[in-house]
Amino acid sequence: MADAVFSGVPPIPAYDSYLSLIRRRRLYSGLLLILFVAVMSAGFWVADDRNAGGFINGFTSILNFPMDVVEEAWRKRALIPGLLVEYFPALVETLNIAAAGTIIGAVSGFVLSLLASSGLAPWPRMIGVFRRFMDILRAFPDIVIALVLIYLLGGGPVPALIAIALHTAGALGKLFSEVNENVDLKPVEGLASVGASWAQRMLFGVVPQVAPNYLSYALLRFEVNVRASAILGFVGAGGIGYELKNAITWGPGKFDAAAAIFLLLFLSIVFFDQISSYFRERLTHGGAAR
Amino acid sequence: MTVADIYTQTTGRFSRQRLMTAAIPLGVLAYLAYIFVAFDIGGLMGRLRVDNVMTLLSDTYSYKTHVTRDTRTGDVTVAIEGERRGTYAPGTEPSWVSTLDGVTTVGLDADNIVTFDADTTSWDIPGYGLLTATRSGREITLNRNPDTLPDWISYSSARVDVKTSAGRLSVTRNRTEVFRYAFGWELFWFTLDSPYYGHSLFALLFGPQLDPAQSNLVGMWDGFWGNAMWHHGEVAWALGETILMAFLGTFGAAIIAFPLGFLAARNFTPLAALRFSVRRVFDFVRGVDGLIWTILLSRAFGPGPLTGTLAILLTDTGTFGKIFSEALENVDNRQIEGVQSTGANVVQRYCFGVIPQVVPVLLSQVLYLLESNTRSATIIGAITGGGIGLLLTQAIITHKDWEEVSYYIVLIILMVMAMDWLSGVLRRRVISGRAV
Repeated sequence: MADAVFSGVPPIPAYDSYLSLIRRRRLYSGLLLILFVAVMSAGFWVADDRNAGGFINGFTSILNFPMDVVEEAWRKRALIPGLLVEYFPALVETLNIAAAGTIIGAVSGFVLSLLASSGLAPWPRMIGVFRRFMDILRAFPDIVIALVLIYLLGGGPVPALIAIALHTAGALGKLFSEVNENVDLKPVEGLASVGASWAQRMLFGVVPQVAPNYLSYALLRFEVNVRASAILGFVGAGGIGYELKNAITWGPGKFDAAAAIFLLLFLSIVFFDQISSYFRERLTHGGAAR
Repeated sequence: MTVADIYTQTTGRFSRQRLMTAAIPLGVLAYLAYIFVAFDIGGLMGRLRVDNVMTLLSDTYSYKTHVTRDTRTGDVTVAIEGERRGTYAPGTEPSWVSTLDGVTTVGLDADNIVTFDADTTSWDIPGYGLLTATRSGREITLNRNPDTLPDWISYSSARVDVKTSAGRLSVTRNRTEVFRYAFGWELFWFTLDSPYYGHSLFALLFGPQLDPAQSNLVGMWDGFWGNAMWHHGEVAWALGETILMAFLGTFGAAIIAFPLGFLAARNFTPLAALRFSVRRVFDFVRGVDGLIWTILLSRAFGPGPLTGTLAILLTDTGTFGKIFSEALENVDNRQIEGVQSTGANVVQRYCFGVIPQVVPVLLSQVLYLLESNTRSATIIGAITGGGIGLLLTQAIITHKDWEEVSYYIVLIILMVMAMDWLSGVLRRRVISGRAV
């Protein structure tokens, strides 16, 4: 149709070059797509090849284990409420690790972010140093720190707490410093003009501006940390993850305990997801934040 | 309302506000105090295993060479870290150890020289004096009063152990062993049985060909890649596996979540029941969490990268589904109407009206999660047994080769930082709209 319209009209140079541009773009996108599909399928093939059990075998037996667990839990359903109560302290420990790690990490991240944002830093030349420091904190997967600390301190919640606090300090420090970049500096200058110290300027000039955003990020981080804390328990740091590992490695006979722990973990993750998204909604979209 | 009323009201509000600002930090402090007691942080220093700290630190930057004399056979072996692959062939021992007429001399440094033969071991320790341990029958005797020994010498009739900053000596009934410490990671490039060991890089690159069958460069690569103590080849595979898990999991989840996202978006799925159920599916797979998925899947698929991939894929399908459907609900309708006004059918409307609007947002989210999933893949690998996470946990659990642990940690950090950088570069390109 386009040709019919343009057929009596002398060819426009821009039109031709536009068409060839489109054609080249399509070619590139097509090639990229083919490359992507090839990489994905080759990747799945390699992953399948290096896995102990194959995909087809695994796929057909994917429900066996959950069915075993559910079947045993159903047979012993009378015990489940008792087990939920029994494992509740372990859940509390996991949540405590996450909460304390988030608080310590957020406070350290707050200080680090102030030291690393231009306009607020007391030593502007050190900004780059503190930024790199946060990058390194962030790059350490918490499991690495936790495993090394378990070797040094023995099992228990403290290694997990330190690991989570360090990682959180790096992750929140970065997000906080992005918030700090948008801070209105006028209140800070006003406080400086009446002779406020650096700590006073930050506390009264910056914190009131950034607090809602900070809280929102910290809540999101808390959600992430609840999951992380459960995982760290699984590798030996106590809490519900540790109980889960024991129940699973015990095998049949303790599947009712495994089911109870699954349930506790799932419910608490969903619960804190809901709570935190409710508060984050209130914090970001105004609405009676206080 | 009088001025006085307003005044009391205002001061009341102020003092309440002040109370609140004081209460929050106090509450947090009280909570931390509770944690301090509950986690017994006061007793932390008592639980710290100082010897483990020392092992970890010294292993990280140094290695030890064992000089061992077996009492039964009388053979003296020199081996790096006591490993078979690090054993010096007879006649190729380093110059600081020598055996003459059955007497072995080990120079730990210029001032500390340990000599031993079949029965007698002596070490003239600077600042302490000559220490001689003699094996007579089944007993070991010292030339010092066993009751007044310093704490760096431990003695029983079956065993003598001396630890100084210069090195370590241990004498038992069955063997005499001297440990000499040196800076660095031992045999990082080549093991002792490789012909390329002990040559400078310059000599290897420009010097004569050492192996007539292959060029130096090829041989060096083989020797390095197949290094039997550091296993560089296997470590590289493990890193690749971890990145593969993150890549396949993230993009697989994005591909699955993309069509599902339309089903969960209000403006594309008017059917509330369908929308609601798709959303609950997203919430469920997200809520079950990577840990539980990993456990369930590793039961079916066994340990390996496929299990990790599928665990990441399942969790992220929920995350992406939520993000995608939110992005789709924020689509600008005018663009779709514009495309529709040219007579486009449904497929064309989606292709040219909807997808160009959401793809940059979605792609940027996918790339963002790719970076964090590299870290998750390390963790999942540690649980399910795949990739660099498995190597790391194994190295830590054996409590032996801490230099390998440090090596893996450095590699993991570099990998995460590289992925962070790559995802940042790609995201900036996607957002600024060039290429893709």
